Amino acid sequence: MKFRFTRLSAQLVSWAALMPMALTVLVAYLSTVLWSLKVSLTNSRTFPSDEYVGLAQYQRLFDNDRWLLSLENLALYGVLFIAVCMLLGFLLAVFIDQKVRGEGLFRTVFLYPYAMSFVATGLVWQWMLNPGQGIQQALRQAGFEEFSFDWIIDQDKVMYTIVIATVWQASGLVMAMLLAGLRGIDEEIWKAARIDGIPAWRVYISIVLPMLAPSVATVFVLLFTAVIKLFDSVVSMTQGGPGTASEVPAKFIMDHLFGRANIALASAGSIVMLLTVLALVAPFMYARSRANREMGEQ
Amino acid sequence: MLTLRHWTLACLILLASAAATAAGPKAEVIHWWTSGGESAAVKKFSEAYTAAGGVWVDTAIALGEQARSVAINRIIGGNPPTAAQFNTSRQFLDIVEQGMLNNVDEIAIRDGWDKFLPETVLNVVRVKGHFYAAPVNIHMPTWFWYSKAAFKKAGIATEPKSMDEMFVALEKLKAAGLIPLAHGGQPWQENIVFTAVLANVGGTELYLKVMRDRDPAAIQGEAFRTVLSSFKRLQSYVDKGAPGRNWNDATALLITGKAGMQIMGDWAKGEFALAKQTPGKDYGCIPGFGARSPYVIQGDVFVFPKTSDAEAVRAQKLLASVMLAPAVQVEFSNKKGSIPVRTDVDASKLDICAQQGLAIMKDKSRQLGNGEVYLNPDQNGALSDILTAYWNRNVPVEKVQKDIALALRR
Repeated sequence: MKFRFTRLSAQLVSWAALMPMALTVLVAYLSTVLWSLKVSLTNSRTFPSDEYVGLAQYQRLFDNDRWLLSLENLALYGVLFIAVCMLLGFLLAVFIDQKVRGEGLFRTVFLYPYAMSFVATGLVWQWMLNPGQGIQQALRQAGFEEFSFDWIIDQDKVMYTIVIATVWQASGLVMAMLLAGLRGIDEEIWKAARIDGIPAWRVYISIVLPMLAPSVATVFVLLFTAVIKLFDSVVSMTQGGPGTASEVPAKFIMDHLFGRANIALASAGSIVMLLTVLALVAPFMYARSRANREMGEQ
Repeated sequence: MLTLRHWTLACLILLASAAATAAGPKAEVIHWWTSGGESAAVKKFSEAYTAAGGVWVDTAIALGEQARSVAINRIIGGNPPTAAQFNTSRQFLDIVEQGMLNNVDEIAIRDGWDKFLPETVLNVVRVKGHFYAAPVNIHMPTWFWYSKAAFKKAGIATEPKSMDEMFVALEKLKAAGLIPLAHGGQPWQENIVFTAVLANVGGTELYLKVMRDRDPAAIQGEAFRTVLSSFKRLQSYVDKGAPGRNWNDATALLITGKAGMQIMGDWAKGEFALAKQTPGKDYGCIPGFGARSPYVIQGDVFVFPKTSDAEAVRAQKLLASVMLAPAVQVEFSNKKGSIPVRTDVDASKLDICAQQGLAIMKDKSRQLGNGEVYLNPDQNGALSDILTAYWNRNVPVEKVQKDIALALRR
């Protein structure tokens, strides 16, 4: 009897502890998602209205050249950003894992960009990449007359400049998370590998990396959400230009939400983004939870 | 203990009522005039309002879009400011329709706004017979500025009098190794260039057919195709560094004589003035080509959110009457670079560009609104997206016509 009582009270306590977060999710997230869904089906402009127009806003969205270009840009950006960040972050983590001298200093240096607001560093990037006053100008003045680096004003290359700047910002975070994972690897594994005479790179790729899978998955989810949210770097570096060449969905949504006073179209855009995230992340999360369950059963 | 508390309370009430009677109506004004010249201009309003016995509480929020969304959020949230800035446009039409604004009919009728306001402005501030906004200035977004030094270097003797002459001048500037057209590659600046070409190549009639009537036949027509082609042709005179450049950096190219011309609003005068250049001597201003060229109107207004607080209503009325007083109008415009909303003011205190503008404004048939006056923010934004894509990429002009017709149908 006494045993059951404590178990019940323990459950009560954990429920009570979860309540604030559960309420936040229910009220702040789910209800706003439903509200957005509702608004996206109406003809709302500055204010939400109750006049339903079916899927007209979605139709308009996919008739819009700028929206389609935004999606294209985001896909290109997402693939490059996640791939380069992962690779660079992993290499940095391996580098620091070699027990280099001044490890603390390197860790701070690599992680520092992440600690700063991109609105500020984005402006610095904009200056550096500006052909008239940045890297190109500096190198030309240093004697390399023919040097050219004007991607930021080039329609076809502007997205790459955003990849460069955001990779600079986020790869430090990837490093920190993977380094924590690396430090959790049992020293015995390294000893065993050394006895067998396996080269270090092979150990990293075939043994360590698979063991880091949970860390890699977390990093992936973090980077993926950063891709979907991409907004501040574009605004501070290019404002979507030249022309519409670096437009992204979040900027499209923000523009229509405020300046263009069309909350219905903005909501339709957000819902499309949410569905994209769910479509990509849900299978992944499902696979992970199944894997966890199987591990638990063993 | 109890008595002490009562005493404090009584004192507080006394103090509060004393303060209320000593100071006039308090007005909290949201605006986005934060740059040097702009805050000097808005200071003229606050001084005039204080002189009229009121208390001005300044809430400056950088960026128009930001300031407007704060104003709208506060109106919806039930904590409205006394007055909030909007553009002379359809931006505030939705909040009028929701019944969230007080009108200032009493002041407008007393001061005869309908007698001195330009019709374009009147049509914006008067909704269904009621005055919902106090217009405070008129900007002309499509002035053609030129650097006298650059013109001299390129051997251009007289200022261009038509679009064709302008293209000749641009060619000469190019041949002289200068940047022919100073431009900042941001959508709103491309919008300004387009508006200038539509007004000067297309003319008043086509302008109204496209912007006001959103007439698909006119948009798909031959005349509008010529407008779009001229607009795109201007792009070939822009330097490679234009994308993303701010408008004032483009004006600086004129000031230093590196570039020949710029199409920009009359706020550019502030940049010339900061560099100690005078109109007519160091730089020239052309309002448009030909004797019938239209004067495009853009401007700012203040709206007065709904409140039943008698004190706030008094403040709103006082603001409306102070802001439109002739002397205040001239002082404000001199700092802002705009022209007054009324033509019955002492023009001798204005610079020669503003005087030219005011003279044109006296001819009603030459007044036109900018895109914001006729299109809602959504349509205007969609148009701007298409234009900026056309300016920056190689899009067939027929597709642009089709896209514009579709975007303006909504």
